[in-house]
Amino acid sequence: MRSTRTIDISTGLFVLLGFAAILFMVTQITNSGYSMKSDSYRLKASFENIGGLKSGAPVSLAGVTIGRVEDIQYDMDLYKAIVTMRINDKYRAIPNDSDASIYTAGLLGGQYIGLTPGSSDVPYRDGEQVIMANDAIVLEHLISKYLFNSAATPPAPAPAAQE
Amino acid sequence: MIAVLRELWQSLTTFLERVGLLVRFALRLMAILPSGLLRVRPIIEQVYNTGAMSLVIIMTCGLFIGMVLGLQGYDLLTRFGSEEYLGTATAISLLRELGPVVTALLFAGRAGTALAAELGLMRATDQIAAMEIMAVDPMRRVVLPRFLGGVIAMPLLVSIFIVVALFGAQLVGVEFFGVDAGSYWSQMRSAVELSDIREGLVKGLVFGVACSLIAVYEGYNAKPTADGVGRATTRTVVISAVVTLILDYILTALML
Repeated sequence: MRSTRTIDISTGLFVLLGFAAILFMVTQITNSGYSMKSDSYRLKASFENIGGLKSGAPVSLAGVTIGRVEDIQYDMDLYKAIVTMRINDKYRAIPNDSDASIYTAGLLGGQYIGLTPGSSDVPYRDGEQVIMANDAIVLEHLISKYLFNSAATPPAPAPAAQE
Repeated sequence: MIAVLRELWQSLTTFLERVGLLVRFALRLMAILPSGLLRVRPIIEQVYNTGAMSLVIIMTCGLFIGMVLGLQGYDLLTRFGSEEYLGTATAISLLRELGPVVTALLFAGRAGTALAAELGLMRATDQIAAMEIMAVDPMRRVVLPRFLGGVIAMPLLVSIFIVVALFGAQLVGVEFFGVDAGSYWSQMRSAVELSDIREGLVKGLVFGVACSLIAVYEGYNAKPTADGVGRATTRTVVISAVVTLILDYILTALML
């Protein structure tokens, strides 16, 4: 039997190692969670259609992730989806005429919100609504628009042949 | 025909009897749990026995599981030209499935057998009977700290296993095959949710409870012969492995 001191020391080491591993997992290999909550502010945007946007999706400015979608609600008065974003405090000075659009990352990737900076000198305040919000591009709408457009224009050679 | 049916009926009733005994054993453990938690000293010794002593094998296996994941994942992902998702693939599969399950299987093999053999030998050499004669409750004195030690050690072992395996996959993917280290970690970060980590830890805890319970039960109820102790250790590994995999399916279905 080893001395109790050795047992204590190695048990302590083991438990510390275990908690260090949990801490590593929580802080290093996941993004959602602690870093954003402390110093950040909210922005809101209302969309006609948010496509497949989910809470937790990134909010980016020129491709740089500056925040995340915190909450998605449906407004019964406006008939629009209200998306609440949490933006890191480092990016305080976003002009208050910037607009928000929903994009898709890659062909099959998840959807995210891209902000395009405007030219105003006044930044957005906490909780302010984004002025312009462009909806998600829904593939079915695009396809149906294309189909109906091509059906509306009559095929040119066929009538000519009948005359 | 009748004989076969009788045989079947017999094995069914023995199986049900064993399940019933296991449940009763578990309930007895639960009943004395509060008083056992107060005695910290024996629990620490058992955390040392089951946890700290399993550390080397857990870390070695974790490293190699991670390296294999890196190798297989890289080979598969390059076919789609998306090897930067290596981090995501490894992290998700490790956190949700491989980490807890492989750790539980190793735990059953390393710590579970040790527990079962120790308790079985105590039973065979009449140490448990001697305690009962001295009015010392062997459940409280011997079984409970071993069970609790296993339950505490398992989630910690799971997280150590996962972290070591992530670095193993990084070793193969990034150092050997030249996947970009930045995209390895950042793709992982953007895909892994806190709920994935929670799933892994909950699974680790549940498997820890199951494997420790089976080990102490089999050891405590071993036949007091050399053969009985051997059987108890074998059964510990087999039953732990089967129960772990069944529980894994149930837990995954619950948490998806």
